[in-house]
Amino acid sequence: MKKLLKRKETTLVLLILLLVFAVSLRAPGFVAPSSLLNIIVDTSILIIVSLGQFGVILIGGIDLSIGSTMALVGMAAAMLNQFVPSIPVWFFAPFSLLAGALLGGLGGILVAFGKLPPLIASLGMMSAYRGLVFILSKGQWVTANEMTEGFRKIPEGLTLGLPHMVWAALIVALLAHLFMRHTRSGRDVYAIGGNPTAARFAGVNQSKVEINVFLISGALAGLAGLLYVSRYGIAQNETASGFEMQTVAAAVLGGVNIAGGSGTVLGVILGSLFLGVVNNALPVLRLSPFLQMAIQGFIILTAVVANTLVDRRNKRVFAAGRAR
Amino acid sequence: MSDLGTGFVDSSRLTRMSGPRRLADFLLRWESMLFFIFIAVFVGNSLLSPYFLDPFNLFDATFNFMEKAVMAMPMMFVILLGDIDISVASIISLSSLFMGMASAGGADTPTIIAIGLAVGLLAGIFNGLLITRLAIPSIAVTLGSSSLFRGIANAVLGDQAYTKYPASFAFVGQGYLGDSIVPFEILIFLATALFAGIVLNRTVYGRHVYAVGNNKTAARFSGVPVDRVRLIAFAVNGLAAGAAAIMLTSRIGSTRPNIASGYETDVITIVVLGGVAITGGKGNIAGVIISIFLLGYLKFGMGVLNVPGKVMNIITGVLLVVAILLPKFTDGLRARLRAGKAKSRARGEEKV
Repeated sequence: MKKLLKRKETTLVLLILLLVFAVSLRAPGFVAPSSLLNIIVDTSILIIVSLGQFGVILIGGIDLSIGSTMALVGMAAAMLNQFVPSIPVWFFAPFSLLAGALLGGLGGILVAFGKLPPLIASLGMMSAYRGLVFILSKGQWVTANEMTEGFRKIPEGLTLGLPHMVWAALIVALLAHLFMRHTRSGRDVYAIGGNPTAARFAGVNQSKVEINVFLISGALAGLAGLLYVSRYGIAQNETASGFEMQTVAAAVLGGVNIAGGSGTVLGVILGSLFLGVVNNALPVLRLSPFLQMAIQGFIILTAVVANTLVDRRNKRVFAAGRAR
Repeated sequence: MSDLGTGFVDSSRLTRMSGPRRLADFLLRWESMLFFIFIAVFVGNSLLSPYFLDPFNLFDATFNFMEKAVMAMPMMFVILLGDIDISVASIISLSSLFMGMASAGGADTPTIIAIGLAVGLLAGIFNGLLITRLAIPSIAVTLGSSSLFRGIANAVLGDQAYTKYPASFAFVGQGYLGDSIVPFEILIFLATALFAGIVLNRTVYGRHVYAVGNNKTAARFSGVPVDRVRLIAFAVNGLAAGAAAIMLTSRIGSTRPNIASGYETDVITIVVLGGVAITGGKGNIAGVIISIFLLGYLKFGMGVLNVPGKVMNIITGVLLVVAILLPKFTDGLRARLRAGKAKSRARGEEKV
């Protein structure tokens, strides 16, 4: 029990509950089941991409190309739907995953074989992919009435009472958890992040891990791009611009060490939910949506500082324990 | 990255330095290559458009990149230290916000300029203190502060803008030297570059920057005040962003929350294309200065040819990646030729 209380995830759950409770004092409708479900639906996209960012941060990197990848894949899917309406809707799921994986994989290759720092590789891709959206669309938008009804309904459709959007997030979360905890490739990601030199000497293939995390981050960003475009009914040049910042915020808020090596899937999901509650609470509290970015920056900085202080204390406890 | 890991990188760098002539050759080659590309851009642009090679146009084009040029100087120090600052564009928005508020409150030009510089400096110190006192990676801090600074500008301005500035304020970003065709902004850049060059090459602080960038641990054990050196670099970087905010705000005559968005990518690209190693410790000011004009005139030339800004972004992004890949490629090429096919065969097996 004591151990459970000490975990960052527990603190975060309590924080989320506290936040929801505080908001409901001002606006009782906030805790209605339909409102809560809406928050979860709204946060599903963030959960999906944050889990991709999670892998890259685990190896001590950062993926800044996520927003651009979402826009490029979202635009490609929307245009494909617009010009070839006969393509069945199910096709877009593998299409967006694959297209995203290709875009992310390129970053992985630059990092693994070009030895580029992930920050620089993804910064370059961020500019390049955003420009490609413009070239692909010639600056035109694809709006909801140019999409087929099936395409627009991708995220909304219900299976067993839950919207497909939530199912997508649940499945991704489950797979991410299994991958990170129970597969060798997943453990290798932690190993490289914890100590790359030691991991290499232990026989972990660093290049493979680097390519893996970028492939996954790209694939999930691709899927999220599809969901984003079909949910909001518009694909344009600035789609999901700056979304990568939210994913970093969600990850560090979830207790992921920004220097790599530690963090959990559950933490990232809770971090995303926290941000989702904050974003949904702003309009309910009649606060300006323009506050969102400042709050996000404040949350990132606070979370990074808090994580650093907690980790430092834990390290001291660990060192003391070892010295016995 | 662990200290052990960087230690390995440094030992390889040391062996390479045992042949100092080859290193000097290489640096010379990088800058001369940049210079040749610069000439090629010039010749190419002049051939493609009759409007490019006109003294007035060439001077006027500098308006578009002098702010970034001023920012590139301290960013060079930050990257030489092995750090990064991606909050500079957001510092501009914050600094511009406060200048706009002051101007709306009836402040005169010197006060507005002082406020712009002060806000930039404070923002830089804020970054530097978090990075050095709490030992948090600079990328994490500046990523967060980047959202925070621009977020504040967003929160205050929303969809509004400050557009009222005193008439004399316009000189900083729009004025010319006397009756000449030389923009005043060039003078600001030249002063910044001269100062940066002297500090980097002729002062103890400059030597400390290279020492820290090459090996933080060794520098600390050699008595270099590592954290103070880094704090100063981030503070000055903020100050320069404040100066750039004054130039930009004065030039476009307004403050919007999205002012200078994306500038951080451009500034980092300038520095890295100028031959400064993103891992720190290697690079010099000559390369960065050539790189400023190379990128500036490349964009100007494309603008004359009606290339859309979004397409230019692709070129900036690709250049950033190529600038880092290319030296590694040319460096590794000789070694790979020597190692022969054995290595490539081994790599092929690895993939399976």
